[in-house]
Amino acid sequence: MRATVTIDVATCKGCGLCVPVCPPAVLSMSAAVNGKGYRYPELVAGCTGCELCAKVCPDYCFAVYREPAGGRAADGAPA
Amino acid sequence: MAEAAIQAGCRFYAGYPITPSTEILEYMAARLPQVGGVCMNAESEIEAIGMVWGAAGCGVRAMIASTGQGISLMQESFAELANAQIPVVAVNMCRGQGDYFQSTRGGGHGDYRFIVLAPSTAQEAVALIQEAFHLADRWRNPVLLMGDFLLAHTSELVEIAPPDEPPLPPKDWAMTGASGRRGLTLSPLGPSQKLSTDIASALAQATDKHAAIRAAEPRVDCGQLDDAELVVVAFGFPGRFVKYAVTLARAEGLRVGYVRPISLWPFPSQAVADAVAGARRVAVFELNAGQMVEDVQLAVLGRVPVEFIGGISHDPSGFGVGPALRVEHILARIRDVYPRAAA
Amino acid sequence: MRQPLAPTPTMRKVFDTPALLLSTEHSLCPGCGEPLAVRLLLELIAQLGVRDRTICVAGIGCYTAFPMLMDIDVLQALHGRAPSLATGVKRVRPDAFVFTLQGDGDMASEGLQEVVHAAARGERVTAVMLNNGVFGETGGHATATTVLGQHTKTTPGGRSAERHGHPIRMAELLAQLDGAAYVARGAVHTPAAIKATRQYLHDAFQSQLDARGFSFVEILTMCPTDWFVPPDKGPGWLEENFRGVFPLGVVKQ
Repeated sequence: MRATVTIDVATCKGCGLCVPVCPPAVLSMSAAVNGKGYRYPELVAGCTGCELCAKVCPDYCFAVYREPAGGRAADGAPA
Repeated sequence: MAEAAIQAGCRFYAGYPITPSTEILEYMAARLPQVGGVCMNAESEIEAIGMVWGAAGCGVRAMIASTGQGISLMQESFAELANAQIPVVAVNMCRGQGDYFQSTRGGGHGDYRFIVLAPSTAQEAVALIQEAFHLADRWRNPVLLMGDFLLAHTSELVEIAPPDEPPLPPKDWAMTGASGRRGLTLSPLGPSQKLSTDIASALAQATDKHAAIRAAEPRVDCGQLDDAELVVVAFGFPGRFVKYAVTLARAEGLRVGYVRPISLWPFPSQAVADAVAGARRVAVFELNAGQMVEDVQLAVLGRVPVEFIGGISHDPSGFGVGPALRVEHILARIRDVYPRAAA
Repeated sequence: MRQPLAPTPTMRKVFDTPALLLSTEHSLCPGCGEPLAVRLLLELIAQLGVRDRTICVAGIGCYTAFPMLMDIDVLQALHGRAPSLATGVKRVRPDAFVFTLQGDGDMASEGLQEVVHAAARGERVTAVMLNNGVFGETGGHATATTVLGQHTKTTPGGRSAERHGHPIRMAELLAQLDGAAYVARGAVHTPAAIKATRQYLHDAFQSQLDARGFSFVEILTMCPTDWFVPPDKGPGWLEENFRGVFPLGVVKQ
């Protein structure tokens, strides 16, 4: 795994803008709702750390993490 | 007044030409840059007060002058400046004295008040405008000076010097750039701390001080009251005419005294009530349809009859010096009222 | 047990909430574009190292929720009046970095006179207009930038040229004034537009730092609520209805 995001699902307002901008399409809106009653994005494997979801989110829900370039991930996958 | 303001530390002026205040703008345009200040001729009075707001919001002593119509345009900003507790000094060089309500009741929205001072001589105008900057900073409240056409256009010898001011607290609320500290908000709509939504207490702070101002800041000039049967009340430049007319009336044997409120807000109600305590009648002279007379009536609370002897009086130009502003006219009105007082 | 997709110990956090944003809790609608513009502003202020001398002058609109969330000095103005306050601020504090944050209703409707004169005078401030073609905070009413055919509560059935006149293109209007040194229009409805807008804001800010004159960036933002579309349809509506009327790009530099 070379990158991932954390999602503040409690703050999410369910706008869904993050889903279509994700190039590897690893985000989809949940079936469950958060404390405010909104669906929120759920992540599957394959994040490339492109940051697009974070940039389009009006509620600043995403933080993006990446393996340092040229290194190896903890699970042995190339970064 | 402009030079006195500069010597009191005024370093920003914004205005718009309008008679009879324009000379202040002209003087500031020439003089402020000489002391490192800024003078802006704005595109309207609304922008002018906005610019003053911006400068004062940064902690700079800032001033604006206009006449009634221009002050009317500024009312939204006036109300909000008071809510935001931003000190500014405003001058209304009135045409006549019809802007008393506008000044003391405010033409803006909400529970704000301006401290209002009314000089009657050029020297008093110099002293009061310098005091105005101090009061504005001390109370974090705007201060308005009410002048008039005669005050604007009479030449008198004055002494101007930097005022000797008691110390003032630092302007820790001012916009300076958040160097070494968290950012601040300066707003009429809410508190200065970030992440706080306590609007109610922010607005309460802006008005809680009114009681303290009422206690500390009334100013009045009065005389010849000891055995007065009739007391004449007037403010501003006409106050000088009344004072002189009272002196002439005394020479005719009439027992007349005068009261000249210098602060119109807070109105010197107690001083007026005390002044008329032994009198039988009060006459109010003002160049309008009857405005300060209401504050006089409130001050005496029916204990003494109050009569209005003023009126709207303009010359053909419409700017101010009408036939009512003559000593003979005022003396005639005093003689008119006096029998009802002495009876 | 660590969640399988949680960040590993060797990963670095490369993108986060802007450091100058004190909280992500705001009451703006799902899918609103304004927070995206605010993100760009706060990122650039930090990147250019001007936080300590920044004074933002905020107008009145939905974005008025942000002054209390931004870790910079913010002077709150009345509706339409930010440019005159910004003028006063910059004239007495020429070393301050001064920008206005206004909506289209605030700047193009109520405050048109203010911004035109500030630009004509070449006031060395940066004015930012978040343009969604409506008065959002009051519930969705037409402004000077509402486009023809756009339904709002005061243009029911759609803005008509005959009854309601035409929208004003602020960027082009201000670019005509000699005092305006840098004028651009961006948008935040796509990642590419966001990236371009970030550059426009950067260049506008730089033109202030270089004391070249008045700078202006208009930013088209989504307002799905008052466009009567679902939040995820905001970007598409903007592309279809706004982009043709309000071209993106640098207008003057």
